[in-house]
Amino acid sequence: MTTPSARPTPAQTVGPFHGCALPFPGGGDAAPAGHPDTLVLHGHVRDGAGAPVPDALLEFWGPGPDGELPRATGSLRRDPMTGGFLGRDGIGFTGFARVATDADGHWAVRTLRPGARGGHAPHLAVCVFARGLTRHLFTRVYLPAADREPITDPLLAALPPERRATLVAVAEPRGSHRFDIRLQGAAETVFLEFA
Amino acid sequence: MATATQSEIDHEIAQARATYEASVAGGAARTAQPAHAYPPYRSTALRHPRQPLVTVALSQDPEAVELASPAFGGTDVTALDHDLTRQHQGAPLGERITVSGRLLDRSGRPVRGQLIEIWQANAAGRYAHQLDQHPAPLDPHFTGVGRTLTGDDGGYAFTTIKPGAYPWRNHTGAWRPAHIHFSLFGTAFTQRLITQMYFPGDPLFAHDPILQSVTDAAARERLVARYDHDRSEPEWSLGYRWDIVLDGPTATWIEEGR
Ligand SMILES: [Fe+2]
Repeated sequence: MTTPSARPTPAQTVGPFHGCALPFPGGGDAAPAGHPDTLVLHGHVRDGAGAPVPDALLEFWGPGPDGELPRATGSLRRDPMTGGFLGRDGIGFTGFARVATDADGHWAVRTLRPGARGGHAPHLAVCVFARGLTRHLFTRVYLPAADREPITDPLLAALPPERRATLVAVAEPRGSHRFDIRLQGAAETVFLEFA
Repeated sequence: MATATQSEIDHEIAQARATYEASVAGGAARTAQPAHAYPPYRSTALRHPRQPLVTVALSQDPEAVELASPAFGGTDVTALDHDLTRQHQGAPLGERITVSGRLLDRSGRPVRGQLIEIWQANAAGRYAHQLDQHPAPLDPHFTGVGRTLTGDDGGYAFTTIKPGAYPWRNHTGAWRPAHIHFSLFGTAFTQRLITQMYFPGDPLFAHDPILQSVTDAAARERLVARYDHDRSEPEWSLGYRWDIVLDGPTATWIEEGR
């Protein structure tokens, strides 16, 4: 039995200059090449005035279609000769994607459709970093229909309908899914803390 | 809104600290983490959520996605990534330093084999980033980006140069104390952390709304590395030591009843 004896290191903002360090080529391409369960997710990050946030960094983490959490490495696969990035190997699935927003505050990832785990509706964990955020924000992106009655997912079930809707991606005609993140204001995204 | 002066910002920083200390005196728990709303750091105004965070109780939920974390391995780093002074043809200008320490969880246990990423300004206080237009020289021999995996004891070590202070536009005359940005993963995604490490004795600490966004004085001190003469190398480099403790519940912590 141990107690939380070590005192935590505080978070500090990611600031405006993470672009030289954290995004990496293929960061948003987590799905193995040609995988039939590929899920294309995209959206905008907006601030409390509705303006796009062009310097946010988003991370996605979650299970593969079988509901299992991946143990594969190689998200940032490197070239030992040049020190550059090789891109992912196109075979393994690490379950991890990282993308920066572009000048329009837009982002896109190609990952695998998450399977259900435990009593949860299928979803991915999301972590949001940006200049102006003193610390990161956690949220989740659920697949469409997760909020259809009866709602079985414990987090979604605990939220009023209009807040619940902020966590559910919207299917688009060509098969992609839209998930906008609003840091503040009307339709503010539900952000999470863990206990 | 007119741009604030440094003394106006200093006053706002003092107010935020007094509000925090009053809440602690009134029975609120101390918190190491900065509040999302921190007015002296102006960019927080439109970027912090106004709704309270929704609590997810992981203690009843061993299947939660956030209780695991992505894995990184030998293919994700190269042998030179931890040495920011050897990534170019020549050596960068500046004071050569090592920064080393251990990555731990709240129980004090080492976090093994996880990814640490760092980025920083050069010795003149300029980032190798196109949006950084501070009129200080770029250094062709310094990119300021490093990565490593933690060892079996949670240990990590970087060789780099001491970054310079740099101005920013939060208010008139705003300068950031010298710092290195750190990005860290734990065994659980709940422990994900991005933070900044500072150097001891910097006179800019009191005036910096980013460091001061951590309103708890003891927590703020944990962002400052220690100079460790035993880690300095004669005729070569100065040694700084910084241990990092990841916050956030983990599977083992929950199993053990915290
Ligand atoms: Fe910085």
